[in-house]
Amino acid sequence: MKYIDEYRDPAKVHALLDEIRAAVTRPWVLMEICGGQTHAFLHHGLDEMLPPQLELVHGPGCPVCVTPLEQIDRALAIAARPEVIFTSYGDMLRVPGSTRDLFAVRAAGGDVRVVYSPLEAVALAEAHPDRQVVFFAIGFETTAPANAMAVLQARQKGLKNFSVLVSHVRVPPAMEAILGSPSNRVQAFLAAGHVCAVMGYHEYPPIAEKYRVPVVVTGFEPVDLLRGALAAVRQLEVGRFEVENAYERAVTFEGNRPAQAVIERVFQPVDRKWRGIGVIPQSGWGLRPEFAEFDAETRFAVGEISTQESPLCIAGEILQGLKKPLQCSAYGKQCTPQTPLGAPMVSAEGACAAYFRYHKGAQA
Amino acid sequence: MQTDDLDFEGYTCPLPIQQRETVVLGHGSGGKLSHDLLTRLFLPELGKAAPRALDDAALLGLEGARLALTTDSHVVAPLFFPGGDIGRLAVCGTVNDLAMVGARPLALTSAFIIEEGLPFETLQRVVQSMQSAAAEAGVFIAAGDTKVVQKGGADGLFITTSGVGSVPPGVEVSGANARPGDVVIVSGTLGDHGIAVLSQREGLGFETDLQSDVAPLNGLVAEMLAAGEIHVLRDPTRGGLATTLVEISRQSQVVIELRQEAIPVKAQVRAACEMLGFDPLYIANEGKLVAFAPEKDAGRILETMRKHRYGQEAAIIGRVVEAGSPQVRLKTAIGGTRLLDMLPGEMLPRIC
Repeated sequence: MKYIDEYRDPAKVHALLDEIRAAVTRPWVLMEICGGQTHAFLHHGLDEMLPPQLELVHGPGCPVCVTPLEQIDRALAIAARPEVIFTSYGDMLRVPGSTRDLFAVRAAGGDVRVVYSPLEAVALAEAHPDRQVVFFAIGFETTAPANAMAVLQARQKGLKNFSVLVSHVRVPPAMEAILGSPSNRVQAFLAAGHVCAVMGYHEYPPIAEKYRVPVVVTGFEPVDLLRGALAAVRQLEVGRFEVENAYERAVTFEGNRPAQAVIERVFQPVDRKWRGIGVIPQSGWGLRPEFAEFDAETRFAVGEISTQESPLCIAGEILQGLKKPLQCSAYGKQCTPQTPLGAPMVSAEGACAAYFRYHKGAQA
Repeated sequence: MQTDDLDFEGYTCPLPIQQRETVVLGHGSGGKLSHDLLTRLFLPELGKAAPRALDDAALLGLEGARLALTTDSHVVAPLFFPGGDIGRLAVCGTVNDLAMVGARPLALTSAFIIEEGLPFETLQRVVQSMQSAAAEAGVFIAAGDTKVVQKGGADGLFITTSGVGSVPPGVEVSGANARPGDVVIVSGTLGDHGIAVLSQREGLGFETDLQSDVAPLNGLVAEMLAAGEIHVLRDPTRGGLATTLVEISRQSQVVIELRQEAIPVKAQVRAACEMLGFDPLYIANEGKLVAFAPEKDAGRILETMRKHRYGQEAAIIGRVVEAGSPQVRLKTAIGGTRLLDMLPGEMLPRIC
């Protein structure tokens, strides 16, 4: 398959592995930001092919994992209402709220539908003027432009029965939160290539400078991941801390300006709670006041919902790379992809689910 | 940036959904939830007297002969999809379940649950398709039943077929019979059916010329059994090849190792899976089988398969490496290794 096979070429992969082995002289801790990268490492068995001095820790870049529990409970409350068609990206359905998940709401008669694009939700609202169509707008900078576009289209069409439950998050503040934590172990970042395709990487030089960490924009195929790791290692070995782009075919310094403009038109930075991490200042996007009429949280008065959570799960430590999934006492026992205790076990991009599927759980 | 008040240690998780109070769609996915439902609820109550309850069909001794018996309900949206329809699916599904224990299918029964309002023209086309599939498989529909439910009580049309077949003397095929040294053969490309159906779903609308592989496999199986010794046959339907192989590894208590680059997958299926965040190894097939055979016979069986219209792209994809704690390992194309598990529940597209 063109544009994929050349980045999974075994000869190129092994040549890059040789280069990395030649470059590494000491132990280093790298964090891949994005859950998609975590999965790619494990999906291809690449993590175990890296030299032992390199430790990968898995970052918080799984939008499903970091969406706070109360936001899930709000979604469940809205989805259960008879007048509502609740639309969501697929993997949010499995995330448990305090007592149930969207599957259970659907089994109890709620109209819950998986969409591939928020624009499908807008089309549903047009087709069902007698129903309230709500879209669960989660994700990083990657999903934000399309979600913002859905709101713009709804306004343009004059739709009164469309709204969004917003839980958007931004990567750079999370990187700073991790680096600023006293327990931080991360020495270099593989930045999330898809996020950078939208946002560029002009936000990273101040972070690299302030915390003295290399940041390498990295893609998702084996060759991309290894090029990112190699660039990070070469910087670490000589004590450099610069921002580098190892995903040139998709990412420019400026990023996708029209997409950024759509985000800025609809959203503004807000303080956002991250599951497992807490409130990070200015780390999310919320609707601008002029789009408040599309806010499902106020339309359905669910802002007051609060929650209790299981003390077993160590997702917070996993999401910031302090612990590995295997170090969790609940991993593979109380916590499996069927009965997730925490969000990293839920999403296809979650670190725990990746371990369970590809590696170390999996026994009956 | 102010990060002092962030509580990285104080993270708590949502309460688990350890036991659901209701059935959810995932219980019908063919994956782990389906397996749990079967082993925890149905088998303890209903399966006490059923030998080999985890194979595709049951074997019943009858005055020296062995009868195979199976049943399968079919629900699919849309009713007509590229390469097939619910009628062909209903016949092939049950014929194949019989064939997967080495049986020669004899006769089927067919029960229809019809939602009021279904056009006669639709029903007629489905029934004609059933007849043509039955004729191709060399079986006949021996009995049937019809129920009509009110609008909203069913999604158009559900069809349940049951089948009986006879197992020839000397044939011993079961998911429990895999053993070290066996090679693993698939009869062709994986994921065609699931992706062909998915491409027709509302909201997806990606264009492909992909056809479902739905087909009766009893003819292919008969020729394979004549060509050599076969230990295991299974059709990797819902849950896909990975789920099927995990089941076999558990039934037989063996370790199976696959080579990713040997597994045949069409370029369109790979592309659709890349786009949607699916893995072809978990996508449903309706006209493919996986066989375990001793190495000495594998070449002859493979040659026979490739001459058959439903086995032209048959390939050896791996082997049973040892007996012991069940495991399915995949050697990735770049030389890494990962484990394959069952499909957890409903297959969900990824967010990005």
